[in-house]
Amino acid sequence: MSVLVVSEHRRGELRDVSYEAITAGRELADARDGDLHVAAIGGDLDRFAEDLNREGVDAVHSVANGEEFDHNVYQSAVGALLEKTGAGTVVIPNSVNGLDYAPAVAEAHDLALVTDAVGFEYDDGLTVTREMYGSKVETTVDVDGDRFVLTVRGGEWPPAEGVGDATVESVEVDHPESGARVKGFEEVGGGDVDIADADVLVSVGRGIEEEENLELVEELADALGATLSASRPIVDNGWLPKNRQVGQSGKVVTPDVYIAIGISGAVQHVAGMKGSDTIVAINTDPNAPIFDIADYGIVGDLFDVVPALIDEFA
Amino acid sequence: MKVLVTVKEVAEPDDDFAIDGTDIAASDLEYDLNEWDDYAVEAAVQLAEAGIADEVVAVTIGPERAEETIRMALAKGADRAVRVWDDAFEAGFADVPAKVTTFEAVVEAEEPDLVLGGVQAADTGFGATGVALAERIGFEHAAVVNDLEVDADAGVANVHRELEGGVEELTEVDLPAVLTVQTGLNEPRYASLRGIRQAQRKEIDAKDLADLGLSPDDVESGLTITSMYEPESESDAEIIEGDAGEAAGRLAEVLTELGVSA
Repeated sequence: MSVLVVSEHRRGELRDVSYEAITAGRELADARDGDLHVAAIGGDLDRFAEDLNREGVDAVHSVANGEEFDHNVYQSAVGALLEKTGAGTVVIPNSVNGLDYAPAVAEAHDLALVTDAVGFEYDDGLTVTREMYGSKVETTVDVDGDRFVLTVRGGEWPPAEGVGDATVESVEVDHPESGARVKGFEEVGGGDVDIADADVLVSVGRGIEEEENLELVEELADALGATLSASRPIVDNGWLPKNRQVGQSGKVVTPDVYIAIGISGAVQHVAGMKGSDTIVAINTDPNAPIFDIADYGIVGDLFDVVPALIDEFA
Repeated sequence: MKVLVTVKEVAEPDDDFAIDGTDIAASDLEYDLNEWDDYAVEAAVQLAEAGIADEVVAVTIGPERAEETIRMALAKGADRAVRVWDDAFEAGFADVPAKVTTFEAVVEAEEPDLVLGGVQAADTGFGATGVALAERIGFEHAAVVNDLEVDADAGVANVHRELEGGVEELTEVDLPAVLTVQTGLNEPRYASLRGIRQAQRKEIDAKDLADLGLSPDDVESGLTITSMYEPESESDAEIIEGDAGEAAGRLAEVLTELGVSA
């Protein structure tokens, strides 16, 4: 059975996860003796079709509807392409926009749905590997039936490479007038400091417990000549401005040294800092995922370790 | 207008936990209101306080134990609550269509103009129920909303959707709609003592599937969790041993070697 991969683009550029989804889609197509179809919906279709024609892609379908993401257009286009290609499997990036239409596609076409896959096997049926309980455990999930939508986490499959010999076709799709209209975009996180420029970041997370305790990490940042950044909960609480947030929805940083204090290392955070040269983690929980990517770790109470570290540099 | 808020009682594992079969041992789990849903409740209550919502109804799928969680939503200002449970849910993991079928029946009974829920549940992390529900019940939707203004007269919600990389999409969504709420949308209040007292008197309507006109077959899951395990640590971190002073001393050496200094 054939596989349909839906690519993702924003503001004129295909996002990397599109190529990763092609790799995942090719694996599924091989397991099911099917063709691999890739959809490009909206935007600069000629360029996208050329870029998406990677090794292993059998057909690229381009749907000319608007410049930017519109979930109604995506839903209609995927529906039309399911019919056209006979595909029984849809692979969609597990992104903010992917999650804005993938569940609706599954619902509308009576397909099973598994989101945020980090791996899978296809034997007689699909078995998906995904995380639960905030990345503390992995699970395998068996899917009934052979028609499904799978959303794939970014960074888990290598991007498809090379140049394929896909056919490229443009497809006309009727879609209902959209009841959700994109009015524009806003960059957030400007302001006084660009944490992406810092050589050394002292980054603070939920483990700091109270807003007044931030003084402690500010003092450490001063002692180290570092810039202060944070994980999401600190910004959600309004304790630091959005321009200090590291992670998927904040800034991606690659400092020489990243010191994570009281940060558990949820996948959304790690996506924003894993490229740091040296990662230091201080956390009470020895199982915290931050230690998986750290170069140096201290399992201990930040309220003991940080003052001692400040003393070392005093 | 009437606002329906979907809330979930989620399980959080202790730092040390054991896996029992295909789930974490019940003795190693703590239960709490899902963090994302807390922001959804706050958004709904703020709409009521602004005179935009006439009624806020919280709905959950959960066992009797979950009444504690849904009472938190009532204490924060929801007017009443519906709790759906059935032996059929005891069988295991409820997939997205099972939840959607259940909420669809509640939506038919309540006829809300706006449905708010968290982006995802902290335990299962599917992030799919709200958008699938919207498709089922014919509502518009927006996922991952971190700014919300409802213009009831115009029949629209003006939202920001939080995309990756510090970019927000500004979108106008026709009502009725389902919006999935991201953390940071607002500052969820703590329940006041007065609120907690009032919540004791508010109604929690417990329903089973038959009450909703559904049968166990309607919520049969197409997904089965077949194993659960702790991922192998890929860590090659040097774990610095010793008490806080010793560990800090060694880390200071490391940082100095890396050229870190004020």
